[in-house]
Amino acid sequence: MSDPVWEVFRRERKGQPFEHAGSVVAPDADFAEAWAREQYGRRGESVALWLVPREAIRDVEDWADEFDLKYRRVDGYSIKARLKEARERAGTA
Amino acid sequence: MNEQALLELADDELILGWRESEWTGIAPLLEEDVAFSSIAQNEIGHARAVYELIVGEGGDADALAFDRSLDEYRCAPLVELRLLDWAHTIARRWLYETADEIRIAALKDDPDAGGLAAKIDREEAYHRMHAEMWHARLRDEQRFKKALMDLWPYALGVLPPELRPELVARVGLPEVDAIERGSHTDELAELWDEMTMVRRSAPAGAQW
Repeated sequence: MSDPVWEVFRRERKGQPFEHAGSVVAPDADFAEAWAREQYGRRGESVALWLVPREAIRDVEDWADEFDLKYRRVDGYSIKARLKEARERAGTA
Repeated sequence: MNEQALLELADDELILGWRESEWTGIAPLLEEDVAFSSIAQNEIGHARAVYELIVGEGGDADALAFDRSLDEYRCAPLVELRLLDWAHTIARRWLYETADEIRIAALKDDPDAGGLAAKIDREEAYHRMHAEMWHARLRDEQRFKKALMDLWPYALGVLPPELRPELVARVGLPEVDAIERGSHTDELAELWDEMTMVRRSAPAGAQW
């Protein structure tokens, strides 16, 4: 059995969101930590890391859109014309 | 300042850092290659800091590190060994870190070296985490157990006699005769030759 993959997320500065940095292959959490510290923190590029076993991640990548319900999407409305009208009414055009 | 103890510490860290960097590029796992090389680099950094403390401000730490004759080095035989086997390499790493922690703790109250000892210890905490994780993983493997037994007399020789009982308690192996500092292994001569080559070829100081 090969070792599991650990996805590594890093926080670059305090207060910033964690972002995906890459991954390490390691037999357990301790090895994953030791190796991730070297790969993703040694040069001061991170203030914190999250290590997540890849198998704990649920993949979501299929999106059914069979009926072209484009009004649900941001590109479904064209507000350009209506915005122009509204501005003219308000005298700010 | 106990200059002799500091010189032993610095020489141990320099030679071990040198030896362990011999794994760079050929360690058994890619991630470990990076981690192990980084630790080796840290050890050489500790050596430099201690040499600088010994020579004092304006002194030449490089000269102390590289311009001595072979028999003036005070490193323990443990760090001199050229180990091209992972079980022994990890056994040495773990034994050395355990001994080193005891030695550094004993330096913490030293008025001259205490500050530096505390600083080194903060970085060694990560080295110990790395060594402990490998030890936990390999402790039941026959090859690793044999490696520990092979290196145990050398590990005792890293510490002065008064600190050895603590190492015995921590490692859990029966006390044996230590392989003491003072004489060097044949492997060190070869390493010295390589390590000091540039300094000897340019006695006035190499320009980079």
